[in-house]
Amino acid sequence: MKPSDIKILIVDDEASIRDALSQWFELDGYTVSSAEDANAALLKLQQGPWDIVMLDIKMPGVDGLELQRRIKKIDKNIITIMITAFASVETSIQALKEGAFDYIVKPVDPDDMSHLIRNAVEQRRLMHENNQLRQHIDDISFSDEIIGESPEIKKVLEKVFEVSQTDATVIIKGENGSGKELIARAIHSQSNRKYFPIITINCGAYSDGLLESELFGHEKGAFPGALYRRQGRLEMADKGTIFLDEIGQISEKMQADILRVLDTRQFSRLGGDKKIDVNFRIICSTTHDLERAVQEGSFREDLYYRLNVVTIFIPPLRERTLDIPALARSFIKKYSQSMNKNVLDISQKTLDMLVEYNWPGNIRELRNVIERAMVVARGNLIELDDLSFFFPVVESDARETTLPSLDEVEKIHIQKVLELTNGNIAQAASILKVSRLTMYNKIEKYQLKKSKNDMPH
Amino acid sequence: MSFIYIQPIKTDHSPWIEELEKSVYAVFGYHTKVANLDIDLENAFDKARQQYNSSSILLQIISRPPVDAEKVLGVVNVDLFIPVLTFVFGEAQLRGIGSVIALHRLNNKFYGLAEDGELLTERLVKEAIHELGHNFGLIHCNNQSCVMKSSTYVEEVDQKSVEMCSRCQELLRGLCSD
Repeated sequence: MKPSDIKILIVDDEASIRDALSQWFELDGYTVSSAEDANAALLKLQQGPWDIVMLDIKMPGVDGLELQRRIKKIDKNIITIMITAFASVETSIQALKEGAFDYIVKPVDPDDMSHLIRNAVEQRRLMHENNQLRQHIDDISFSDEIIGESPEIKKVLEKVFEVSQTDATVIIKGENGSGKELIARAIHSQSNRKYFPIITINCGAYSDGLLESELFGHEKGAFPGALYRRQGRLEMADKGTIFLDEIGQISEKMQADILRVLDTRQFSRLGGDKKIDVNFRIICSTTHDLERAVQEGSFREDLYYRLNVVTIFIPPLRERTLDIPALARSFIKKYSQSMNKNVLDISQKTLDMLVEYNWPGNIRELRNVIERAMVVARGNLIELDDLSFFFPVVESDARETTLPSLDEVEKIHIQKVLELTNGNIAQAASILKVSRLTMYNKIEKYQLKKSKNDMPH
Repeated sequence: MSFIYIQPIKTDHSPWIEELEKSVYAVFGYHTKVANLDIDLENAFDKARQQYNSSSILLQIISRPPVDAEKVLGVVNVDLFIPVLTFVFGEAQLRGIGSVIALHRLNNKFYGLAEDGELLTERLVKEAIHELGHNFGLIHCNNQSCVMKSSTYVEEVDQKSVEMCSRCQELLRGLCSD
């Protein structure tokens, strides 16, 4: 903001004060105007936005305090500074209580005046910046990232909108790669908590002790290696949302801890006594069948009911094949920008193959396939050849007689990769660009574990 | 041909006038003349504050300027104030003809220190260039060493230089050619 962007209005019944202040602020480059009483001031306030109003407390007719109330009704963000000839503590406190930024007692030291006005301008600049950032957040709608026109995804989006208007705890269920975190972010970004953070923690990625420290933070010296005090994710999520990814994978002890925080909204950092109050909304996700886990006794029933206020189920990609073309095209657009490649579309033949595939890795898998195809693509269209890494056994001369199903292709390919890695699942998952969990699911699905000896490790 | 007039008001200008004239010419490119206007200083005296109202002096300076005056700068040796502030080092009309500066608070004597004529002249020249800069249309500058930086206490006057920063020089050239 340039100084001339700051508009200051001076309201005082004494012309000499108005002139002196106007002149003083004009030399700083501010845009200044003045009014001799409340009526003239209100007229000017109606005419345009003002940043700072300096107003005399004692004026004939409507006094400064009453004028301030009316100003705040017009625009509560206008900064008001009261001018008074005598230091009346009572009036000044009243003015501050009613929203005045500060007050000055005439005559004021030039240095104090300079500081005061600099602080007021800085406050106004921060307000302006804050408004711009809020506007920016409002403009970013995560639901825009959720692509699809299928009835299944539309149902999910409707539920996202409904639930975002409340503070209810949500469980998002869906297979790996189906976009659970995206849905959590969409709920947060449409909720009243959108100006505060959404903090994600992947519960499955931490051991028990580490997860405890990640969630609750720790004090210095809480355990060997705790060199500094560290804020936990729950503390970071204050006033915002905490997204507990893979909640089904936490231990019984952590389940009890989380249940306690949910009930009391209080916790202590590891190694500390101080109770920390937090205000957050919980969204969690799971690929596990939590109901079954409750029946089997591996997941606390009370925690399950505490979390399971609203459930959103994201259908796997194979159940919303209508969305595959739109998703593929959105990834093409995204990667053509980030890779700076002029790939514009995908051929119908390739698209048909993608639609027929059963996508066990869901959208994440589709995204990875498109990304790899984009790397290989030579023209401005993704052709079937560009996906040869993905559909390797589909050879034109074998089509008539030995056309395998996609499942068979996948099974053969996974088997081949597992052989290549001597059964190392982590390595195989890395080559196939899927999660370890997906690998386990695939191995189970295709019965790749025949005996203990064959069992990949 | 027009001049920048220096109007000493009830003060001896001999110790600093030469230095001021040189600096004014160096910065603004105008030769100077010493004015002899009829200024009634007592008219500006405020009994309650025991100070002199700078706006009142400024009004007298600009009421009848010499015909060949580009700007008129008054120099007084009294304590100046504007109604809302406890004191001012000087006052100027933004994009106007007149300005006034006071030696009173630029003098070490005011702060209980030994008098320093050279330092006083340096401070006076800085304030004079500053106020004349306003007359030519310049506003306060954020550059710490620029003479157009606002100074609300005497140490700030000492911190800045007698020269304008390159940005203010450029702005001044633009304003003078308008």
